[in-house]
Amino acid sequence: MSDLNVLKPKDLKSDQEVRWCPGCGDYAILNSVQKTLAGMGIPKENMVMVSGIGCSSRFPYYMDTYGFHSIHGRANAIATGVKSANPDLSVWIITGDGDGLSIGGNHMIHSLRRNVDLKIILFNNRIYGLTKGQYSPTTPIGTRTKTSPVGSVDRPFNPIQLALGAGASFVARTIDTKPKHMASVLEAAAAHKGSAFVEVLQNCVIFNDGAWDQWTSKANRDENTVELVDGQPMIYGKDKDKGISFDSCHANTVSADEASVWTLEHNSPVPAFVASQLDHMPGLPIPIGVMRANDEPVYDEDVHAQIAQEIEKNGKGTLKDIIYAGDTWVVK
Amino acid sequence: MTKEVIRQEDVVIRFAGDSGDGMQITGGQFSDSTAKVGNDLATFPDYPSEIRAPAGTRAGVSGFQIHFSASDIYTPGDAPDVLVAMNPAALIVNYKDLKQGGTIIANTGSFTERDLAKAKLDSNPLEDGTLDGYRVVPVDINQRVLEILKDSELSKKAILRCKNFYTLGMMYWLYSRPLESTITWLDSKFASKPEIADANKKALQAGFNLAETLELFQGRFRVDACRDLEPGTYRNIIGNEAIAVGLATGAELAGLKPLLGSYPITPATDILQYLSAMKNFDVVTLQMEDEIAGICSAIGGSYAGRLGITTTSGPGMALKTEALGLAVITELPLVIVNVQRAGPSTGLPTKVEQSDLLQSIFGRNGEAPIPVIACATPGDAFECTVEACRIAVEFMTPVILLSDNYIANGTEPWKLPIIEDLPKINTYIAKEGEEYLPYKRDERLVRKWAAPGVKGLEHRIGGLEKDERGGVSHDPENHELMSHLREDKIMGIRETIPTPQPTGDENSKLLIISWGSPYGAIRSATEQMNLEGSNITHLHLRHLWPMPHGLQEIFEKYDRIVIPEMNLGQLRKVLTMCYPSIKFESYTKIQGKPFTAYQLKARFAEILEEM
Ligand code: SF4
Repeated sequence: MSDLNVLKPKDLKSDQEVRWCPGCGDYAILNSVQKTLAGMGIPKENMVMVSGIGCSSRFPYYMDTYGFHSIHGRANAIATGVKSANPDLSVWIITGDGDGLSIGGNHMIHSLRRNVDLKIILFNNRIYGLTKGQYSPTTPIGTRTKTSPVGSVDRPFNPIQLALGAGASFVARTIDTKPKHMASVLEAAAAHKGSAFVEVLQNCVIFNDGAWDQWTSKANRDENTVELVDGQPMIYGKDKDKGISFDSCHANTVSADEASVWTLEHNSPVPAFVASQLDHMPGLPIPIGVMRANDEPVYDEDVHAQIAQEIEKNGKGTLKDIIYAGDTWVVK
Repeated sequence: MTKEVIRQEDVVIRFAGDSGDGMQITGGQFSDSTAKVGNDLATFPDYPSEIRAPAGTRAGVSGFQIHFSASDIYTPGDAPDVLVAMNPAALIVNYKDLKQGGTIIANTGSFTERDLAKAKLDSNPLEDGTLDGYRVVPVDINQRVLEILKDSELSKKAILRCKNFYTLGMMYWLYSRPLESTITWLDSKFASKPEIADANKKALQAGFNLAETLELFQGRFRVDACRDLEPGTYRNIIGNEAIAVGLATGAELAGLKPLLGSYPITPATDILQYLSAMKNFDVVTLQMEDEIAGICSAIGGSYAGRLGITTTSGPGMALKTEALGLAVITELPLVIVNVQRAGPSTGLPTKVEQSDLLQSIFGRNGEAPIPVIACATPGDAFECTVEACRIAVEFMTPVILLSDNYIANGTEPWKLPIIEDLPKINTYIAKEGEEYLPYKRDERLVRKWAAPGVKGLEHRIGGLEKDERGGVSHDPENHELMSHLREDKIMGIRETIPTPQPTGDENSKLLIISWGSPYGAIRSATEQMNLEGSNITHLHLRHLWPMPHGLQEIFEKYDRIVIPEMNLGQLRKVLTMCYPSIKFESYTKIQGKPFTAYQLKARFAEILEEM
């Protein structure tokens, strides 16, 4: 362990020059991941970053760990192979709203459903950045982009609800303007056994600047986000004077002393759904923090448990066993 | 009473019935008992693409053909000597394939008015002269089975289900096969339902007895043990299983553990099923959400140090194309098995074709060379699979292995290799402590493999062009260099593959080239014709990309070169491109059916006539 404890964030920086646009929200995420991972006690050689295609997907090149920058949308499928091949690895997926929810949507829901032990960071900037500004599956209706010059008519996904609906065992959200919060969420994700889905609201300065300002800018974030903390009342506002109360299936704003207590101690995704529904209620803050963390059977562990069990039961197979199997006969 | 036993050199039998009649099991059992007797054999099942087409209809007919012999054979046979027809639909769909004067065993119990109507027949073909020229043996199998099992507790429906074993019993008598292996099989298959095992055993024995006591047949036949089978241990193997065994073997010979990422698709699904049952061999099988995830998880598995494998058929291959390019540029070992079926699109999903050759060699964006190997028979599929693993691992490259529907579901006796004689496969794996550059190459241009988990070898790979150090490079010169290196590496595989040897007379002026499953029919046709005094040479190509050395010299010896293919001439196009000074001719068939030796002989005879 002593060896591992000395890992510093800079040990995880590769020699490649970081090439995101100056001011891009991605920088904050890179710093936060390097900080978090350095402190997790995971040997550097066991860290694997897998990405698809998009601005965010350049991420593996900037980490001095094992990394695989793959093809558009397929990071989850590749990472499933990596983790199933060697469950000792700590496998991280870096993806975006286009990569992970559009072209890679199928792999996303299925890796969450299986609960493969993968840490998925979805950079949501509500736009296609690398292709220079087309609407994405999280772009709000009416947004003008290069492919929606008079406003998008595509109804967007709510990534949190998509992940919950796919049965994700860990779902969280953080923002690129609050490094401490991001670090705490990433730590929780890293500590979770199973798929961890983390949505990061990320600003694309070039093609969608200010898309999240209403919620994440320094001036607005206290009033317009509510931090969910396990076991704590859901309080928000500059003066911490407002709260959120859950009344059956609805969330409402109330005064701080009437706020409901947010708890992860439940075996149902419903509270997380109710919380995520705040996104769609104008005038109410959007939730950030860990929205679901539930222990569930982990795919890659079970795959290997079955192998171990079969070896235990039938003995380790040899070439002789598989080739000289079934009915054989001898020709003299 | 004793009857004359007639010795025959080889026999072809086709079992045909409704999909619910258990014809595949009957055929499978007949094959296993025949293998035990020591005959050479080849089988081919033919079943409808619907799981349960309406009972009794022509669409619902399921068939199983077996060819067995006292000498070497290469195909499941052209025209059957005997047709077993369990109902009118099975009779009408199949009788025309029979040899002239061939025998038809018809289950008259299923030739009622209703049965005839289901088969869209206005009159009973057993009585209306349709079968003139054939020898018809009518047996009311339904009635006989109901009689012998009248004391059984089973329902009438369950009793009638035993009729395939009754039929099998008759055939066992007719061809002098022992009942033991089927009895053992029934006991283990129905271990938890002994009443069903007993009923079927009774039916089997009763069918055997009936054939012996009644003068149903004019005589009894014997096909001696095959003289040409080399000494050794054999097992009857089905093509898809041979590939599964080959994949596990290839990985083991390389000291690797396999990881299969796949998605069910006819006719490749069995390979996923076989490997899923090999867990105690430390095989990881991932049934993924789609074809793309199948190959991508296999690539991830290879990146993490296992031997990545994916299995599919044509339409799935199309979906995997982009990921193939990723495997090319990341230079990871990967075996892709394409069990071809008739296309394009969904095509004829249960029928045979070999029309994915051009797709395999060329079907990717960019310069993305991938070696291609094709297997010829179920037994050959094992060797080709091990060879695909060898090339993948030794050259750090994806390899495409082509099989087809005909090999996948066909069987033949497979001479089992001596385990100790199987050559080891070399791996090129970077070790802790060495300076690792992801794209530094050895003299064969092969890069080293470094799976996560090894200290000090941390590196990044991916779909973007890289320089030797693994950094992203947009440098034009570097891209040109890397494109050439990848191409030259694949072409270098030629140094490790033998020049195929033509069979037949060296002085012949006609060369027939085969690839894939037409091998068997072509080999039969050319051997038979040479025995009959013709002079034809046969050359089979296993490695289709890159082509082995020495072919130009072979081709130059012949006046005419003909390539029979179950497509519109794909190998001809490739050879014409590679050997522009040589003229190649096609003989194509694209009907979802294999070539018959008979048909090939006729065509070859015409060509000889013209020469
Ligand atoms: S285009 Fe947008 S998302 Fe991409 S790097 Fe630039 S600022 Fe970041």
